[in-house]
Amino acid sequence: MNDRKEIIRMSGIVKKFNVGAENELEILHGIDLTVYEGEFVAVVGESGSGKSTLMNIIGVLDRPTEGRYILDGIDISTMHDKELSKIRCDKIGFVFQTFNLIPRTTALKNVELPMMYAGHSGSSRTKRAKELLQTVGMGERMTHRPNELSGGQKQRVAIARAMANDPAMILADEPTGALDSKTGRLVMDLFHQLHEQQGKTIVLITHSEQLASECERIITISDGMIIGERKGGGARSAHL
Amino acid sequence: MLIFENIMLAISGLWANKMRALLTMLGIIIGIGSVIGIMTVGDSMQSSMTSNMQSMGASNITVSLTQKSDSDVREGGATLMFRRQSWSDEDLLTDSMIDDYLKYYGDQVEAIGLSESLGSKKIEEDDNITVSLTGGNAAYQTVQDVKIQRGRFFTDEDVENERTVAVVSDVLCENLFGRVDPIGKTVSVTVGTKVHTFHIIGTYEYQDMGIALGSTDAIPETAMYIPISVAKSINHSAAGYSSFTVVGKADADAQALLQNTKDFFASYYTRNNSYTATATNLESLMEMMQEMMGTVSLAIAVIAGISLLVGGIGVMNIMLVSITERTREIGTRKALGATNNSIRIQFIVESVIICLIGGVIGIAVGAGLGSFGANLLGYAATPSISAIVTAVSFSMAIGVFFGYYPANKAAKLDPIEALRYE
Repeated sequence: MNDRKEIIRMSGIVKKFNVGAENELEILHGIDLTVYEGEFVAVVGESGSGKSTLMNIIGVLDRPTEGRYILDGIDISTMHDKELSKIRCDKIGFVFQTFNLIPRTTALKNVELPMMYAGHSGSSRTKRAKELLQTVGMGERMTHRPNELSGGQKQRVAIARAMANDPAMILADEPTGALDSKTGRLVMDLFHQLHEQQGKTIVLITHSEQLASECERIITISDGMIIGERKGGGARSAHL
Repeated sequence: MLIFENIMLAISGLWANKMRALLTMLGIIIGIGSVIGIMTVGDSMQSSMTSNMQSMGASNITVSLTQKSDSDVREGGATLMFRRQSWSDEDLLTDSMIDDYLKYYGDQVEAIGLSESLGSKKIEEDDNITVSLTGGNAAYQTVQDVKIQRGRFFTDEDVENERTVAVVSDVLCENLFGRVDPIGKTVSVTVGTKVHTFHIIGTYEYQDMGIALGSTDAIPETAMYIPISVAKSINHSAAGYSSFTVVGKADADAQALLQNTKDFFASYYTRNNSYTATATNLESLMEMMQEMMGTVSLAIAVIAGISLLVGGIGVMNIMLVSITERTREIGTRKALGATNNSIRIQFIVESVIICLIGGVIGIAVGAGLGSFGANLLGYAATPSISAIVTAVSFSMAIGVFFGYYPANKAAKLDPIEALRYE
């Protein structure tokens, strides 16, 4: 297709739960998926389609039962927990539906957190965290705690946090799910901005076709299999 | 690297739940506080007693009559236990024994102090003043370390001639005569039905020993020294002593002299069924006291151990609650790249901080109460540094010990489950 760098290369990914037991359950039945550097990909599926399980594997929170997963040139299929932590820290920036900011700590400290786990020194951390918060438009509220921020503001802090270690990919799980349509729009615009201006690779997991249609490529998953793949890039609606 | 962040995080977490944190710390505070408190009182007591004893002369050897143990004088029956009759005149230590002793060991002996106590007596001149009337020989001054202020102590000649002279304390003189020179004045004491009058030939400086617990009397009872010959004739007592004191020379080997003295006097009593002579010095007394203190300390340590155990379990409990509450936070941290180990460290640090703050508060409370208690008993308070260091390290150890299980539980959480936790 092209010679762009592969960020994700999945082949024959199978995920089973309760392996060997009576109630063994196969959720993913052999997923092949490639995502190139700088792409903005949406993974769409109904609830129960296996998209959460796929997301956990993409996000290296879980290991596939069968198949190979190469993330940014590293085969993670056989890695153990400690190595996976390191991969999550360096390669992936998570954005959750429910923001998941650490309570009782400031926006700035939240953004610093991934850099702390990566072992960066205090002053360089703070400097970068401030820059990132400026980028997402939260420069004025760096010392606020999560309970002093609105939903949209929280998600912007979470996006800044996802960017902290300059990951190979941002993995966003229903990032607008807990927001009203207007703030949801702002958050999506921020993703487009990161994609267009900084060339970030973004994988968006959602059940919303409308949201998915804004992305470059849309992968539809159903019953644990990829059933369709199409080009996106449609018009962005004013409200989500 | 992570430790400092974790400490700040733990403190902010505790601050957010002040009441809960304080209640959790209570067990640790009580445990550490009671240990520090009691140890402060104990240390103050011991150091002031030790310094008192040293001022009294640690090299002094007391030779005294003691009853042989009951097994040696088996006569049968339950009455045995109550058979604590006093010694008869033949049992007493005699002047000839002392003379013989001096023939052998005189070169190591500075002085031999003889005394006869007549007990606490009211003086005739003032009903409010009592003295402890004590007969002694001239050397008794050295034994008791009596510091003469005015006049002199009585001499061997005074003793031989049974002169009715007395050496009294400055406190007594002040209360009795005010600023007038007391030398040559008389002071009278009633013993039995007879009034005895003594001429004051010297005064000594009264030293508050601090041992008399709760003596709130305005005028303390002080010793009034009279020649032992006079005391014996007043008391109609036999020639002989139930105890006396040997002062060793400074360059003599105190322990060897003690052993020799013990053996020498005991040899006179091998045939005596009821009594024998023993020799002790303050060093052996202090050893006994320290042994006793050791037993008390052990008992305290057990009590403190139990309360710290309970406190530690409280900490563990609250850590488990806190981890359940923060399951999502743990999941988030793991998703952001925290290793199991960094999660473990985070919660162990938190538990150590709880225990450490509890320990520090406990030390403050304990040192405060202990000093107050020591002052109440009349000792200079000396907070025990070793106890404080032990308490701090012990409370940290509790934090690690009781924090490990919850922290490990947190570290092993599955990130997917944790992120999904409601």
